Formats: sequence, C-alpha cells, structure tokens
Amino acid sequence: MEHSRIVITGLGLTSPNGNTIEEYRKNLLNGVAGVQLMEVRYMGQQPAGICDFDAKKYQTRKELRVGTRAGSIAIYSAHEAVASAGLKFDALDKSRIGVYIGTTEHGNVETENEVYNISKFDYDTRYWTHHHNPRTVANNPAGEITINMGITGPHYTIGAACAAGNAGLIQAVQMLRLREVDVALAGGVSESIQTFGIFAGFKSQGALGFHADVSKASRPFDKSRNGIVVSEGGAVYTLERLEDAQARGANILAEIIGYRINSDASDYVLPNPERQAECMRAAIANAGIAPQDVDIVNTHATSTPQGDIQECKAIAEVFADCPNTYVNNTKSFIGHAMGAAGALELAGNLPSFDDNIVHPTINVDELDPECALPNLVINEPRKVDAVKVILNNSFGMLGINSALIVRKFEG
Amino acid sequence: MTEDQVKQIVIDIINEIAPDEDTSGLKGEIALREQLDLDSMDFLDIVMELRKQHGIEVPEADYPQLASLDSCASYLTPKFNEK
Repeated sequence: MEHSRIVITGLGLTSPNGNTIEEYRKNLLNGVAGVQLMEVRYMGQQPAGICDFDAKKYQTRKELRVGTRAGSIAIYSAHEAVASAGLKFDALDKSRIGVYIGTTEHGNVETENEVYNISKFDYDTRYWTHHHNPRTVANNPAGEITINMGITGPHYTIGAACAAGNAGLIQAVQMLRLREVDVALAGGVSESIQTFGIFAGFKSQGALGFHADVSKASRPFDKSRNGIVVSEGGAVYTLERLEDAQARGANILAEIIGYRINSDASDYVLPNPERQAECMRAAIANAGIAPQDVDIVNTHATSTPQGDIQECKAIAEVFADCPNTYVNNTKSFIGHAMGAAGALELAGNLPSFDDNIVHPTINVDELDPECALPNLVINEPRKVDAVKVILNNSFGMLGINSALIVRKFEG
Repeated sequence: MTEDQVKQIVIDIINEIAPDEDTSGLKGEIALREQLDLDSMDFLDIVMELRKQHGIEVPEADYPQLASLDSCASYLTPKFNEK
C-alpha cells in the first residue's frame, strides 16, 4: 500500500532553555543548560526544568486561571507551530485539523492541588473545586488547544509515558495518511514539575537526580549520574501531507519517514535493551533505509545509572557498523520533559539539517565506560559533512519504546 | 455590614475569577451576565469564594439570587449580618 508522505511544516515549543527554536538551538550549541532549583511541595528545593514562556501571549488571564499548565504549554506551542508553518489559519476548515498531544501523565498536578486545598478546610469536600474534572480529564491539554483556537476536528492526548512525544507525532502521521484530517498539530507536553508525586516517586525509586552544581544535575552517560531531573515543556509540530504542503508553497522542515512503537512486556520500570533494539531496527525498516543512513541518534537516556547503559547496549548493537552515525542527548541540557521529551528533543536536532552540526550531550565530566559509544558527541558540538537522517528514541515506563525517523527534505 | 460593602465583596471576587473584565462601571440592577463575560462555571466560582473567604453558604436553589449586584446585596447582606 502506497502511503502519503508526511512532512513537518511548522514547530512551536517552550523548553527550559528556550521559547523559540532559534533560542533553544543556540543554547544547545553553546552548552547552556536550563535546569534550576525549584521549591517542590513537601520536598524542598529540587533540580527542575522550568519554562518562562509568555503564557498571556495567547491566553486571557481567565483562561490561565481556569485551565491547566499543560493546557497553557500546549496552547502556546500550538499557536507558534501554526505561525511558523505560515498557514492562513483563519481560512482553514477547522473541522479538518486534528490535535494529537502526548502526555506522560495528566491530572496529578490538579488533584494534588485540590487535596492540598481541602486540607486547609479540614478535608471538607465542599471546598473541592468544580474545575477539577475538566482540568483532569486525560484529553485536557489537547482539548484546551481546540477551545482556544476554535478547532473542531478530532483531539485527544496520547498517554504513552515518556515515549508520548513521539507517539503524538506518530498518531498524526497515521491520521493524515488515513485522510481523517488535512492538518495535524501534534507533539507532546509536560506540566510534571508541579506535582510533588513525580519527584517523590523517583526519589523513592532511587532515580531522582541531584548535583551540587544544579546545572549538572542531569548528566546522562557521566559516571557519577544519579537520576532524572523532572522538567516541564512542550513541542507541537504542524504536519501535512507532502502534496498539500507543496501546493501551498510551504517551507518544509523535515519529512517523517519511519517509526515504530513496541512493548518490552517484561517490567514496570526497568528498560529492556533487546526490545529497544528491535524498536529501532523496525523503525529503520519502516523508513526503508539502513542503519548506516542514520546520521544522528538522539538518545532517550535520562541520567539513571541503569537506563543509560541499557540504551547504549541497544544502540551499540543496531549501529555496530555505522562509523558515521553520531549519538547525542538533549536531556543533559533540559532535564527530562516527560511527555514532551520526544517532541522537544527532536526539535533541538532538526536544525542540524541546515547547519550540519550535532549538538552534544553535556555534563560528562567522566564518561562511564559502559556508555562509551564510539561516536557519542560529548560536551562540544560536532560539525559533520552532512546531516540527512535523524532517529529519535523515546522510551517509557511499563516498557513502551518508540523510535521516530525524520529526513531532511530534498524533494 | 451594609449592602454597599457586600457589593464590594462580590466585585472583589469577580475581579479574582474574571481578571480580564472591567468591573469599574457595573450597574447594580442589570444582570451581571449582561455586563460581563461570565459563564455558569464562573457563578460556581463566586459561590465557592463566598464559602471559602467568608463562610457564606448559597444553596443551589438560591443561585438566581446572585444574578445582579443589587440582588446579591439583598440576598447576601442578611447572611453576612447573621454570622
């Protein structure tokens, strides 16, 4: 069956180290991390990735009061994605736009806030807000986009743990190919820094990162790494079928040429390198390319002692004979943006198609020998001859793996 | 507590829950929804803030009493003074 080719024509994002792709990329090439200390309820100061985008740019103060942080991040990113695509939004048939937003979790923040609120009223549930349910339904971030932008096509969130950013994009590719929609706004968002439960859960698991120098708290592949830095953020892409994008003369940022999602079927939290390798290999086959064609592998590695090693094993196996495939990591700059991670990390690498530079993984003071992949780009960016294909890994709890492959558009 | 003070309490709550609205020239006798962009969830917010901030309970059957500033003042002032 011949599939429509699907291309990226727009991108909007907010990251702990940038609110535009230009600012974000500049910081990734200059080694500027976005992790800082934040007061977390019941837990005190913790490293976290915090975004400082102008939420009032696209929302009224009332919308901000009633809605969620995830919704706000999604709305900001979606507007920026539409603007960047050069779409004449007012002229579009809004019933033909689909919104597919990946999230790791949703509702924890709002539920914790309400429990805290009623704790001030002796746990009297008469003080529980009527906004609770619309704030916590799982489709909230995507639904807030549709309300804010007047989009009447389908919308939903994709719950895929920390593979969700890729999963949102994959869903959009599928819906465009099925011609369910003509334009898709897709990616991932995270508001997880507002929930102490995520921090406390990682802490109890022995997987919450810290460092005396907070900017080094997230340090995948470093021998002293000790866990995850939780971040908020979002990246939303405008996706279209190639023929539609070309018909309107759109600037094409990249083509999505392959993907795969699979399941470990082995553990709630522990990764499985065999399945990760299977996932990457299947995505490469789906794209109709060979491992040697991949120029950058953007790793999922979250700075946990075990997880980083497992992913390196999988990459070493799949890319064993690929001297020109480079490997990097974006979480070393921004922490783990959870449901946004896949989409945001891909965004940080897309400009490589234009500048042929591989952004590094930073904060590697002493490389863990078990993570010493031959072409790991450490601490300094690497200029290469050409970047034409990027493979973006995102994995999540319950054993969900995703690999998304994009190619520079050259006709 | 006077009716004017109660009206000011209601205006203060509206300023919190609908911060984009201009409440400076509100007319007491005209329905709030005709003068401001308020929906049913906003009225529930007014009820919640009366409960939280002032310990005033408004039963659901009495929600229509909150339609205008004047009706709010007539309905709520005795409740404030009974506290």
